[in-house]
Amino acid sequence: MVAQGLSPSPPVPGSGVAAVKLSVRGVTVTFRGRRGQEVTALDRLSLDVAEREIVSIVGPSGCGKSTLLRLVAGLVRPTEGEIWLDGRRVTGPGADRGMVFQSYTLFPWLTVEGNVEFGPRIRGLPDAYCREVAQRYIQMVGLAGFERAYPKELSGGMMQRVAIARALANDPELLLMDEPFGALDAQTRAFMQELLLDLWQKTAKTILFVTHDIDEALFLGDRVYVMTARPGRIREELRLRLPRPRTWEVTTSEEFAAVKRRVLGIIREEAARAMGASAGGPR
Amino acid sequence: MSLVRSRLRPARSRPARSLGEYLRPQEPIPRPAYLGILLASTLALLGAWGVATYGGLVQPLFLPSPSAIVRAGAEMVRDGSLLQHASASVSVIVTGWALAVVVGVPVGILMGTFKAVEALVEPVVDFVRYLPVSALIPLLILYIGIGTAEKIAVIFIGTFFQLVLLVADVAAHVPREQLEVSYTLGASRAQVLGRVLLPATLPGVMDTLRITMGWAWTYLVVAELVSADRGLGYLILNSMRGLFTDRIFVGLVTIGVLGLGFDLGFKWLHRRLLPWSPKA
Repeated sequence: MVAQGLSPSPPVPGSGVAAVKLSVRGVTVTFRGRRGQEVTALDRLSLDVAEREIVSIVGPSGCGKSTLLRLVAGLVRPTEGEIWLDGRRVTGPGADRGMVFQSYTLFPWLTVEGNVEFGPRIRGLPDAYCREVAQRYIQMVGLAGFERAYPKELSGGMMQRVAIARALANDPELLLMDEPFGALDAQTRAFMQELLLDLWQKTAKTILFVTHDIDEALFLGDRVYVMTARPGRIREELRLRLPRPRTWEVTTSEEFAAVKRRVLGIIREEAARAMGASAGGPR
Repeated sequence: MSLVRSRLRPARSRPARSLGEYLRPQEPIPRPAYLGILLASTLALLGAWGVATYGGLVQPLFLPSPSAIVRAGAEMVRDGSLLQHASASVSVIVTGWALAVVVGVPVGILMGTFKAVEALVEPVVDFVRYLPVSALIPLLILYIGIGTAEKIAVIFIGTFFQLVLLVADVAAHVPREQLEVSYTLGASRAQVLGRVLLPATLPGVMDTLRITMGWAWTYLVVAELVSADRGLGYLILNSMRGLFTDRIFVGLVTIGVLGLGFDLGFKWLHRRLLPWSPKA
């Protein structure tokens, strides 16, 4: 499959490590506000994601986490800087980067099956293949028997499971998740986190996961990037030396507690800085 | 939300001790109480009508008795005139409304989807929609005469501009993430428009069709004001000239019943055609 939105050529920049999957290099995003003033959402931000890695991104509210994800998805153009996936430059959205949003984005007029096979179908793949792929991923997210149900008949957690299955059905190189469990209750959320790790074990995907839930970021991630308040930059990169496959027990480990303390400290500092800035300066 | 809540009541509800218990803001009241009040209201209205007419308190010229209206209606059904008037009106309304839909829905969707189209269309639409349709009748007569076409044009103008804005609003409120997720699933711009945006607007468009059909009926008398020789609006106007008050009421009741029928028909269609719609 030839990915859309990627232009061929230049070699993998930077680190030189062959395992680099995604490389965000010196990206700045500037929006023009309503009154014509310039707002810098991201400021010369760089990060790398390795093949098969789960990388979490946390930061204070409004730091540009979502903008970063939409940038990698190709939905937002960088004002400066470049994004590389598998050695090809990202210039627009494409089926090689599946995205799961926080809001419920299922197509209400399609059944669970119709939603999951949307990607393969829209790319003109044969019927039998589409059905088979849909069946496989519906089963994988534990929704066998719900193929013919419409989204309005599903709970929030089930809808997000369908959304994940829909993204995976395209067999993307990279899975982008923008607070996908943010609207779910605590128990469903915990269940979904374990489900996601299980899916990751089975599909070997590379995942970039944005959240404001620090526990979630640490439980899922191999590494965590902590962002500064706006304009968003990477303030710190932390590696989690926690065993895989993980179960909820890792959240009670010393390693987990130590990293969590560190991340909390930074975020409190950044949040306070953001409050101070917005209280003092004009908006 | 409120529908769900109104069905949830304490299983054992105490009998109300005072009228005040029925007047708590937004709180549900027991179903028998609801139906009782509904029935009492209907009966009181009919009773007052009966007393006023059969009791001779109001002259039949101003308010005919229920039986006089039924009699007049039966007579008009028998001689076929009611059906003739009703079908004339329905054909004018449906034609004018259908033209407005055929042109207005695409324009509305384009306007709600593309900012460029919005800028192109909005000045005209926003200006014309504040003009009362009745004020445009002289111009319409000048342009297209006094035949059926003029009546259809009144209905068209009455509904078209409102419809465009309602549909544009529906299209503009298709969740942006739904379009974005489609791009990340590999959809082209044309596919996003045809396979995501368009179906996403269907429930809202369906609602708009129902609402604008209701408005089309309210323009009926205006449409049939000038040189009509049949139609329910004409029936009402003409009955007034002959002081046939009972026939005026027959016309009004017919309009109400047909309007209700169309409304229920649209709701039924919505459930049938869009079973997935959250509103169905």
